[in-house]
Amino acid sequence: MIRTLWLRFTDAIDPPLFALTFALLVLGMITLASAANDTPARISTQAVNILVALAVMWAVAQLQPQTLMRFALPAYALGLALLIGVALFGDVVNGARRWLNLGVTRIQPSEIMKIAMPLMLAWYFHKHETALRLREYFVASLLLLVPVMLIARQPDLGTALLVAAAGFYVIFLAGLSWKILVGLVLAGGASLPFLWSLMHDYQRRRILTLLDPTSDPLGAGYHIIQSVIAVGSGGIAGKGWLRGTQAHLEFIPERSTDFIFAVFSEEFGLIGNCLLLLLYLLLIARGLAIAANAPTFFTRLLAGAVTLTFFTYAFVNMGMVSGILPVVGVPLPLVSFGGTALVTLFLGIGILMSIHRHRKLVQT
Amino acid sequence: MRLAEFKDHQRELYYFHLRIGIAGAFVFAAFALLLVRFVYLQVVQYDYYHTKAEDNRISIVPIMPNRGLILDRNGIVLARNYSAYTLEISPGKVPNLEKTINELESVVEIRPSDRARFKRLMIEAKGADSLPIRTRLTDEEVAKFAVNRYRFPGVDIQARLFRQYPLSDQASHVTGYIGRINERDLERIDESDLAANYKGTDHIGKTGLEQSYENELHGVTGYEQVEVDSAGRGVRTLSRTSPTPGNNLVLTLDMKLQQVAEQAFGDNRGALVAIEPATGDILAFVSQPGFDPNLFVDGIDPASWDQLNNSPDRPMVDRALAGTYPPGSTFKPYMALAALELGKRTPQQTIFDPGYFNFGGHRFRDDKPGGHGTVDMYKSLVMSCDTYYYMLGNDLGIDNIARFIGQFGFGAKTGIDIDGEATGVLPSQEWKRKRFRRPDQQKWYAGETISVGIGQGYNAYTPLQLAQAIATLANNGVMYRPHLVNYIENIRSGERTLVEPKLERTIALKPANLEFIKRALAGVNIEGTGARAFAKAEYTSGGKTGTAQVVAMKQNEKYNEKHVTERHRDHALFIAFAPLESPKIALAVVVENAGFGARAAAPIARQVLDYYLLGKSADQPAPEIAGDDGDD
Repeated sequence: MIRTLWLRFTDAIDPPLFALTFALLVLGMITLASAANDTPARISTQAVNILVALAVMWAVAQLQPQTLMRFALPAYALGLALLIGVALFGDVVNGARRWLNLGVTRIQPSEIMKIAMPLMLAWYFHKHETALRLREYFVASLLLLVPVMLIARQPDLGTALLVAAAGFYVIFLAGLSWKILVGLVLAGGASLPFLWSLMHDYQRRRILTLLDPTSDPLGAGYHIIQSVIAVGSGGIAGKGWLRGTQAHLEFIPERSTDFIFAVFSEEFGLIGNCLLLLLYLLLIARGLAIAANAPTFFTRLLAGAVTLTFFTYAFVNMGMVSGILPVVGVPLPLVSFGGTALVTLFLGIGILMSIHRHRKLVQT
Repeated sequence: MRLAEFKDHQRELYYFHLRIGIAGAFVFAAFALLLVRFVYLQVVQYDYYHTKAEDNRISIVPIMPNRGLILDRNGIVLARNYSAYTLEISPGKVPNLEKTINELESVVEIRPSDRARFKRLMIEAKGADSLPIRTRLTDEEVAKFAVNRYRFPGVDIQARLFRQYPLSDQASHVTGYIGRINERDLERIDESDLAANYKGTDHIGKTGLEQSYENELHGVTGYEQVEVDSAGRGVRTLSRTSPTPGNNLVLTLDMKLQQVAEQAFGDNRGALVAIEPATGDILAFVSQPGFDPNLFVDGIDPASWDQLNNSPDRPMVDRALAGTYPPGSTFKPYMALAALELGKRTPQQTIFDPGYFNFGGHRFRDDKPGGHGTVDMYKSLVMSCDTYYYMLGNDLGIDNIARFIGQFGFGAKTGIDIDGEATGVLPSQEWKRKRFRRPDQQKWYAGETISVGIGQGYNAYTPLQLAQAIATLANNGVMYRPHLVNYIENIRSGERTLVEPKLERTIALKPANLEFIKRALAGVNIEGTGARAFAKAEYTSGGKTGTAQVVAMKQNEKYNEKHVTERHRDHALFIAFAPLESPKIALAVVVENAGFGARAAAPIARQVLDYYLLGKSADQPAPEIAGDDGDD
């Protein structure tokens, strides 16, 4: 009886995917216990976050992909509406207009777009599956660019980047012609000066600082310098858990959130980094396998895009902490402290599980 | 149709799988790039970043050694240290100094003068780790800041040792003072390879013994390895090497004697140097007025500095060491000895003094109108007859005078153990050739020898030289190098390093001649120009009065004190030693612009000798003696 219930309860859970995410969560909590040892409240808060996120994952995993498809347009429309709302009435926190006050609570609509964007585009391509022409790609690009621009203007370069990447993955997987792709890359390169002129001062500074962190060692370059020192001084075996000097003597900024990888890397060294890379790689591989085996165009695109979004998180965060990418506010997936990102990520995991569970169903 | 659709589906799937494969390859490549980066940072560059992290974490905190004390020969403290709290800012760790100081003001009182001093320190002590914004915090202020410390990264309370000169202006020129290390000091420290030892040291000896014995007093800096957080605050100590405290200086100076001497000067300006003839030990070293060296320790405020610097009394000048004065008649004993040694005179030989000496159409006047009449050598010294020495100077010639008298140390640095000694001028033909440029100036005129004979003319010596000369005479021509430090004491081991009396030279002198000169100098104090000052002395002594002209008198012009401004009045001089048979003390006194030596200088000498030989202390300025004009 209990066994049956358990089976029904875990029916939708993909064991490999769950095992990998669980392993990453464990690593995350271990690292957080060290990074946040002066703010122990964060550890229990994160535990609650994880429980909530797991519940979300479980719930989403129960859904039919068709149900997900039905959410696509409303979610996108709502997200877009809220983004416009932010642009018009948003609260300014730390110099950026990112939050919308709904009276009861404040929400960050850009977060919705991280899921709504691939959902919407996958739905759109699915609808036009039989007749994909240049026009569809153009419309898709427009659907992508409008919210991305709104988010970038807040300004929130990190989220804009993640949303743009998620949308791009869908377009890419939907079969955008290589010619156009190469053309876009070239056009993108050519428009860099134009983008530069659109950027905020602090964004330009971050990029300049990345190119030469020592130019401003006590200002903007400080974060990069200190986190790179943390990573480098970890060596092969690391300094040991709770023994990272850069972390515990407060040289690493934001060490339980965006820069938690610096703490991890300092304490567990190259061996820890390899383990982390391996876990992410396996997670992504599993996600791509699910995408490859997905039954419909919609589910394939969605699974692929969600999986690759994971990659974007991981790569951008680790690249930023190790000093090869500019500092953007992207957390290390499943490791960084923070509820919103965790819920968004597990929403993605839940989607993957849902798709995987319903792979055998005949296309409607 | 179904087949076509199936095929189409298959093709579509194939393309999708291709794209997934490409995406997977991209992911793999991107992760490989990260791995390369990690290997580069964590393996290739590990040593570099390891060091960086250690540098971040470990701060080498120098521990300042306690500076050695300065004590007189009886243990009276001239310079010591006391501990006090200072509020210090590390400028490198504070982004906005002005703002931080403004905020600090709400916690502890910061006066405008503190700000001004801090600003100057910022300029002077470039690159200093931490600079005091406030010194001598009260316990209450310390507690108040401790509570608010978290608000001020880069600001901290330090317990520091401060230098203190408890005797204030007494013997201030001897002890000198320490002050903040400035850029010039830093250059010197770097050159002398002492840079490591001066890490964490803020102060350095600037003048006097504090400067000349800096290496003994400073000690060896210790180190503490401290783990610090990103705000620079110590978390724990990793290791510690204790500092070695500086050595104590125990002086030859007798502070009681020094005090008696300084007091004897009253408001007069001048200098006194007292030496133990048999050793070169300096017993008293007075330059009046003095100054308060405590003012300099924390950086002197501009107002006090102006006052000290612009005072017409020039308290910052060490007159005993760097002031040069014509010796006046105190020069005569050496002239007389030269005459005896060189065979130019016998004691019995007399001259007739009409009150002047004509030479080359120029009349050199004696102080006594009408002259001293028939004068032998004894009388020439006791009554201080100028005419006798005008003639003698002429007979000896300038180079004989310079050669013989130079042996007593005139016109040469004595090598005393503090810096800043003046050389003085022992005139000679060679000196004049070197001193002047134009040929007509370089030539020595015989007439110039005449004034040199009575200690005027180009003659200019430091009171220290005058004291050393009379000490050498008292010690029968055996000259020791004068020194202020008796021994250096290592306070850890208790080991004492004695400053051995250094024999400078032994002047070959005939005992009979010495004997005669000493007897004549004793006569000065019994029946001559020094008799009134030394009336009823309970010991035997030798002395010689002197009066040094500050401005040259015109031919036939009679010096009249009342018509001359105070600053142009003659300097009063006196040299003495006692007791006569085995001198324990020899001294030279110069009282600036005080007129006749017998009147102003001799009474000071009397008080000093009374105290040193009998323990009598007058506790008041030496009385001026109303002397007969013109006996000197």
